[in-house]
Amino acid sequence: MPKPSRRSFLAGALAGTAACRRDDGARLVLTAQEARTLEAICDQLIPDDQDPGAAAAGGVIFIDRQLAGPYRRHQRAYREGLAMADALSRKMFGKRLADLPAEQRLQVVKRLERDARPFFQLVLAHTMQGFYGSPRHGGNRDYVSWRMLRVPASPVRGRIQYDLRSRQE
Amino acid sequence: MALPPVDAVVIGAGAGGGVAAKELSTAGMRVALLERGRWAGPWDDRKDDLANQRTSALGAPFGPDPARNPRVAVDHNGRERVVLPADGAYSNNAACVGSGTVSYGAMAWRYMAQDFRMKSIYGCPEGSTLEDWPIAYDDLEPFYEKAEWEMGVSGDVAPDPHHAPRRRGLPMPPLPPNREYEILKPAALRLGWHPFDIPMLRNSVPYNGRGPCMRCRWCVGFACEVNAKNGTHNTVIPAAMATGLCEVRTGCMVKEIVLDARGRATGVTYFDAADHLQTQPARLVVVCAGAIETARLLLGSRSRLHPRGLGNRYDLVGRNLQGHAYPKAVGLFDFDTYDDVGPGASIAICDFNHGNPGLRGGAMLANEFIRLPIQFVGSTPPGVPRWGRAHKDFMRQFYRRSIPVMGPVQEMPVFEARVELDPRTRDFWGMPVARLSGGRHPHSIEVARFVAAQAERWLREAGAIRTWTEIPGLDLSGGQHQAGTCRMGNDPRTSVVDRNCRLHEVDNVYLADASVHVTNGGFNPVLTILANAYRVSAAMVKERHA
Repeated sequence: MPKPSRRSFLAGALAGTAACRRDDGARLVLTAQEARTLEAICDQLIPDDQDPGAAAAGGVIFIDRQLAGPYRRHQRAYREGLAMADALSRKMFGKRLADLPAEQRLQVVKRLERDARPFFQLVLAHTMQGFYGSPRHGGNRDYVSWRMLRVPASPVRGRIQYDLRSRQE
Repeated sequence: MALPPVDAVVIGAGAGGGVAAKELSTAGMRVALLERGRWAGPWDDRKDDLANQRTSALGAPFGPDPARNPRVAVDHNGRERVVLPADGAYSNNAACVGSGTVSYGAMAWRYMAQDFRMKSIYGCPEGSTLEDWPIAYDDLEPFYEKAEWEMGVSGDVAPDPHHAPRRRGLPMPPLPPNREYEILKPAALRLGWHPFDIPMLRNSVPYNGRGPCMRCRWCVGFACEVNAKNGTHNTVIPAAMATGLCEVRTGCMVKEIVLDARGRATGVTYFDAADHLQTQPARLVVVCAGAIETARLLLGSRSRLHPRGLGNRYDLVGRNLQGHAYPKAVGLFDFDTYDDVGPGASIAICDFNHGNPGLRGGAMLANEFIRLPIQFVGSTPPGVPRWGRAHKDFMRQFYRRSIPVMGPVQEMPVFEARVELDPRTRDFWGMPVARLSGGRHPHSIEVARFVAAQAERWLREAGAIRTWTEIPGLDLSGGQHQAGTCRMGNDPRTSVVDRNCRLHEVDNVYLADASVHVTNGGFNPVLTILANAYRVSAAMVKERHA
């Protein structure tokens, strides 16, 4: 296994920077508009109810960070898919997806599932990963999903403090 | 410039290679153990539920390096694409010292006596190349025992009436039961079945100088943080190194097996960790690179005497690729079944491995390892949507109230399920990559349906309020249980290696991984790979002294 290349080292460093300023809205790959659209989709895939949903738990941060890393190959699919989602939304309801009420967002997302299946599947898989995966990657903020599922903290923490390290990533 | 010669070069430091390196070096032979990956441990997977060997969405931490090791997968519609290790169609097994034994679930099954005589017992279905092994269970029995005691296995198979005779029990008692065990055991007994504690390559008590399992949820797919899971990386490979005769070289990608003018192997060439081409002369070459890479290396070792690849005169190398068809039944309960006590998998039955009416073979059935939340996302019954409010509700309601039961169905080998060299795609070093094509035999799916129905019965008897089954399709099988590509047999026209796993065509090249399996049992294959590697090593040592 080779040492990390300069590029992958830099990508890691960039991802670290993103985590530090995750609350000021800065992103690595997505534009502000793309992030709003994606958040509107995440919000339908795993909505808020008595527990926070994917959007509130950092779903967009998760996807944006992965698009700068392991999911670099999906950047184009997101660019085109998110533009298509907004175009579809405009066609159906005259507004961008993020500007629609929940009921109409749901209709647009259902249409995406039917008519833009590859993109929909991609966003669905990634949203699930962000929400149900470890918070270290930017989603599942404060373990909201694990608390919802009643997954306890590990009974034995182990000797290596992965969680502490990942907070600083 | 060639390196100083060794007695044996062993290619691949996984299950088979680790055992071979240890057995040969303790017999006084100088061994070079070449591994394309590196030493790996819990500091690599870092308990990352999205980047481990079971859920590799964000990467496969135990290798191989995706930037250097693509493959080509052809689906059963003939569509081909380049795939990376994190992709299911890649059929990845880890590339690191210990390979799959670092991150596996560690079930330690002996195959049953019938598993070595599948053709004699059942007859070969049309479209399959089903065959008997050239060896019997009894030939392997002493080596199963050796693997169990040297590496360390816990469990209790005594209540299982179906297992083949064994001279000695397991060295460690089973781990205490978890909640799923308590729920499933009485149900199996009520059905007249014979439940027992799964044998596992996992310390339940201190053994071999290492402590017991700490019962965490980060087991299958991860390296053990307290070193209680027994693989070749923490047992036989350190023992080989301690002889002073075995050198483990990591980051080494073997290019080809080199022959002299008379057709005997003189050693191998390989790219070292700095990507320099090296020549390692050796009196013996032992290939243990896994069913896919072993076949690829033989096919890529072409010479005047072997223009189609080493051992491939009859176009058999790479054929009969198989893994297991894994059917599953899931039960939902109206009480908590999840207690967060790892490793999760705890109880099994072998009542449906053989003797199923109208069917050939079957599978062991066991409860699943702990599923992390991301692994539960797709476990929805028919009718529950895959996203939205209802999906979230399902997750919340049933994550702790569900039990999956599954089993590795013994597959009918298929000649066209195969590994070839891809004519276009090359790896980082410029070598043609493995091209995987073909699919499962339909009979394997029939068996899977039957086995899943039994799993469903078990869950219903245990009180499940809802059950459903998931049956695998006809896609190519391989993955971590990959086997069969260099079949063992007595006839050089229908097999690649002889009963001692030596190439029919080359005197001093042996294989000691699952590529030699004729069939793959209705069980996780690792203990059989280990036992057979002990057996093959004994033959190599004996040959040397003859």
